[in-house]
Amino acid sequence: MAWFIAKRIAYSLLILLGVTFITYLLLYMIPADPARQIAGRSATAEVVANIRHQLGLDLPFYEQYFRYLVNLVQGDFGRSYVQRSEVATLIEARIGPTLQLMAAGIGFELLIGVTLGIVAALKRNSVLDQLLMAFSFIGVSSPHFIAAMLALYVFAVQLEWFPLGGYGEVKHLMLPAITLGVLGSGWYSRMVRSSMIEVLHQDFIRTARAKGLKRLRVLLRHVLPNAIIPVIPMIGIDIGIFMSGLVVVEAVFGWPGLGQLAWQAIQQVDIPVIVGVTTLSAVAIILGNLVADLAVLFVDPRIDINKS
Amino acid sequence: MKNTIKGFALSALCVAISGQALGQDTPQPGGEIVVTYQNDVATLDPAIGYDWQNWSMIKSLFDGLMDYEPGTTELKNDLAEHYEISEDGLTYTFTLRPGVTFHNGREMTAADVKYSLERTVNPQTQSPGAGFFSSIEGFDEVSSGEVTELSGISTPDERTVEITLSAPDATFLHVMALNFASVVPQEAVEAAGRDFGKQPVGTGAYMLDEWALGQRLTFVKNEDYFREGIPYIDKIDFEIGQEPNVALMRLQRGEVDIAGDGIPPAQFLQFRDDPEFENLMVVGDQLHTGYMTMNVNIPPLDDVKVRQAINMAINKARIVRVINGRATPANQPLPPAMPGYDESYEGYPYDVEQARALLEEAGYGDGFETELFVMNTDPQPRIAQAIQQDLAQIGIKADITSLAQANVIAAGGEQEQAPLIWSGGMAWIADFPDPSNFWGPILGCEGAVPGGWNWAWYCNEELDARADEANAMVDPDQQEERAELWGEIFTTAMDDAPWVPIFNEQRFTVHSARMGGDDALYVDPVHVPVNYDYIWVK
Repeated sequence: MAWFIAKRIAYSLLILLGVTFITYLLLYMIPADPARQIAGRSATAEVVANIRHQLGLDLPFYEQYFRYLVNLVQGDFGRSYVQRSEVATLIEARIGPTLQLMAAGIGFELLIGVTLGIVAALKRNSVLDQLLMAFSFIGVSSPHFIAAMLALYVFAVQLEWFPLGGYGEVKHLMLPAITLGVLGSGWYSRMVRSSMIEVLHQDFIRTARAKGLKRLRVLLRHVLPNAIIPVIPMIGIDIGIFMSGLVVVEAVFGWPGLGQLAWQAIQQVDIPVIVGVTTLSAVAIILGNLVADLAVLFVDPRIDINKS
Repeated sequence: MKNTIKGFALSALCVAISGQALGQDTPQPGGEIVVTYQNDVATLDPAIGYDWQNWSMIKSLFDGLMDYEPGTTELKNDLAEHYEISEDGLTYTFTLRPGVTFHNGREMTAADVKYSLERTVNPQTQSPGAGFFSSIEGFDEVSSGEVTELSGISTPDERTVEITLSAPDATFLHVMALNFASVVPQEAVEAAGRDFGKQPVGTGAYMLDEWALGQRLTFVKNEDYFREGIPYIDKIDFEIGQEPNVALMRLQRGEVDIAGDGIPPAQFLQFRDDPEFENLMVVGDQLHTGYMTMNVNIPPLDDVKVRQAINMAINKARIVRVINGRATPANQPLPPAMPGYDESYEGYPYDVEQARALLEEAGYGDGFETELFVMNTDPQPRIAQAIQQDLAQIGIKADITSLAQANVIAAGGEQEQAPLIWSGGMAWIADFPDPSNFWGPILGCEGAVPGGWNWAWYCNEELDARADEANAMVDPDQQEERAELWGEIFTTAMDDAPWVPIFNEQRFTVHSARMGGDDALYVDPVHVPVNYDYIWVK
C-alpha cells in the first residue's frame, strides 16, 4: 500500500513538473512583452530594458524557468505584472470561495446525478428513463455561459428566489452551485444508470431478492454500494472539468474565485498569475485523482493494487 | 508672467459656470452608493495604475498640483494654490495650499511633491508614466538609474516647489495633473513596500476603507478634505466581479447605482430604445479617435493619391452603424473634445467615383492587393470587414490579418511589415487634453521608429518643427493661438493622408434614478469614467 501511494505521488510530481514546464514555455513563446506592457507606451528603450532586467526576463529560458521552480518550491509564485501584488496573496484570497463553490457544485452533481441515475435504471426503457437521459444529455452539452445566464434570469430576476450574484452567505452559493450541479450531473446519471443495470443483473442481487429482502433494502444495501464504485474516480476527473466550468460560472454569478482571477489574468497577459493558477489547478486535479484512487480501495476491498 | 490673479479669476468664473450647469438640483451631502465592475481593480498606486477603471478611483484618493474643472478639460489648481512660470518658460514655481493633510493625518509639504515625482521616474518603481516627466531636468540621469533625485526639482521652503525643464513645454501643467504626478507620503509608501497600491494613502476626497480582493473595495469620505463640502457621498462600495449584463439587471432592481462597465454591445440598442432608461443613460465624448493607418513606405501606399483615394472610399457612417452607433464619424485626427479641433475642416468626402478616378490617376485603375491588420477581438474584425468591402468597391483587395493585440502593435512598429492597420482596441485615447499627445507618438517623427506607435511611418519634418513651436508656446495668453496652430498642423497632415480617421468613440454610463449631478460628471473626459467626488445622491 505504502509503495503504491509513494509511486502515485512520484508520478503526480512528475506530471506537475510537466505542467509547469509546458505552461511556462507556452507563455514564454507568446509575443507579448511584459516589460513593454509594464513600461507603458511613452517609455524609452532604456526604461524597457531596465524593467526587463529587474524581472529577469533577459535571462535565457532555462534560467527563468529554474528560478521559477526554486521559488515555487518555497511557496513563492512571483508577483503579478498588472496588480503588482504577490500571486500567492491573490490566490489565497480566491481559493476559499472556489473550494466552497466546487464542493457545493460537486455535491449537487452527485445528488442530482446519482438520484436520476437510480430512477432511470429502475425504470429503464420507460418514457421516464428516456426523459431523464435526455435531460442529462442537455445538461452536459449546454454552454455554461448561456445556462448560467438563463438560471440567473429565471430564478433570480423573474422568480426572485435567489439574490442576483454576490458572495458571503448560503443563499449566494445556492444558485451557482445548483447550476453547476445540473450542468455536470449528466455524466453521473449515465454512469450510475449503466452501472446499476449491470449490478441488477448480478446473481447476488437475485439471491438477495430470493431471500425475501425488501426492494428498498436490496437497493440500498446491495445494489447501490456496488454500482457507485465507478463514480468515485469520476469525481477526481470532474475536478479538472470543474475548473474550466468555474471560469464562466464564477464570472456570471460574480463569484470571487480562482476562475475569475484566471480569466482576468488571461485577458491582461499577466503571466505570473496565469502560471500560478494553472499550477494550482494541476495540483487540484492530481490530488483529486489520487484521493479518488485511494478512496476506491477503501470502498471496494476486492481491488488488488498489485494488479492494478 | 504671474498668473495667480488671472488664474484665480478664471477658476472662479469656471466654478460659477460649472456651478450653474450642475446646479439644476442642489447637491446633497450624504448617502451611500454601489458601483459595479467586472474586473478586479489592478492597483491604486498612482505611479502605476494606468487603466480606465482605476484612473478615476486614483483621482478620488490622491491629488496632484493641478487638476481639471469637474466634467471638463479645463485645467485648475489643485494642491498648488498658485504657480508662476518664468519668462523663458523653463521654470515653474508652485506654491502649495496650506494645511492639506494626508489620510494618515500628516501635513503635506513640498518635500512630498518632490519625492512623489522622483518616485514615479525612478525605474525601480516601474511606472508606465515615467516618460511623461522627460522634460524635467535630470530625467535621463534618474531614468538610467544613476541617481534617484531629479536635479530640476528644488524645494526652497515647505510650501514652494520649483521645477526646471530642459525645454519649454506647454503641456507641462497637464502632466502635473496626471495621476502619475499625484502626491504620496514617503513614510506610507515605505511602510507598505511594494503593496502601496493595495494600501493607498493620499490627500484625496476619499479614503480606502477596505479592500476584499476580488470582492469589494470601500471608499469613505475624507472628512478633512481641503475642499469644503466635497465629496458629497459618504461611502462608495465598488463591487467587483459583476458580469455587465447582471450589473444592469441589478441596476433595474435598484441594487446598483452605477454600472461601471456600461452596456454590453448586445444589449445596447434594446437599452437605448427603452424609455425606462432614457434619463439614466449618459453619453459623453472621449478624447478618442479610431483610425486606419496607411504605411507611407510600402508601395503603392507611398503614393499620396492612393492614400487620398482610400480616404474617400471608406463609408464611415456605415462603420458607425456596425458598432450600434456608439461613435460619431471622424474627418481629422483630433477628436471634437480636444482643443485645436477644426470645426470648419471638412475632410475627405465619401465619394467612390472620385476615389476610383484618383486611383486611375495614380496608375492603379485595376486596383491592387494589400493587407489590413486588425486586433482579433470583437468588434474590430467586423469593422475591418466593413473597410475591406469599401476598398473592394474601388478595386483594392485587402486581405485581413487578424491577430492578438500585441502582435498587431509589434507589426506596426516594424517599417515594412503592415501596409494597413485598423487601430481599434489599441489606440488612441489621449492621456491628457492637449493636442500634442495626439501628434508626437502617433503622427510625429519621434513615433516613426522601430517599436514606435506611428504605424503610418509618416514623418514630416516641417510639421514636426511647427509642433515643436506649438509646444514651446507656454504663455497662457497664447493658448488660443496655440490651439489654432495645432489644428492647422493636423489638417495639413491630412493633405498627405497618412490616416483614414474613421470615428470618435463615445462613452456611455448607466446610473440609477437616485443619482444626482450633471451628466458630464458621469462621462468625465478626464476623471474617466466617473467623477466620484462631485456626484451625489438625491
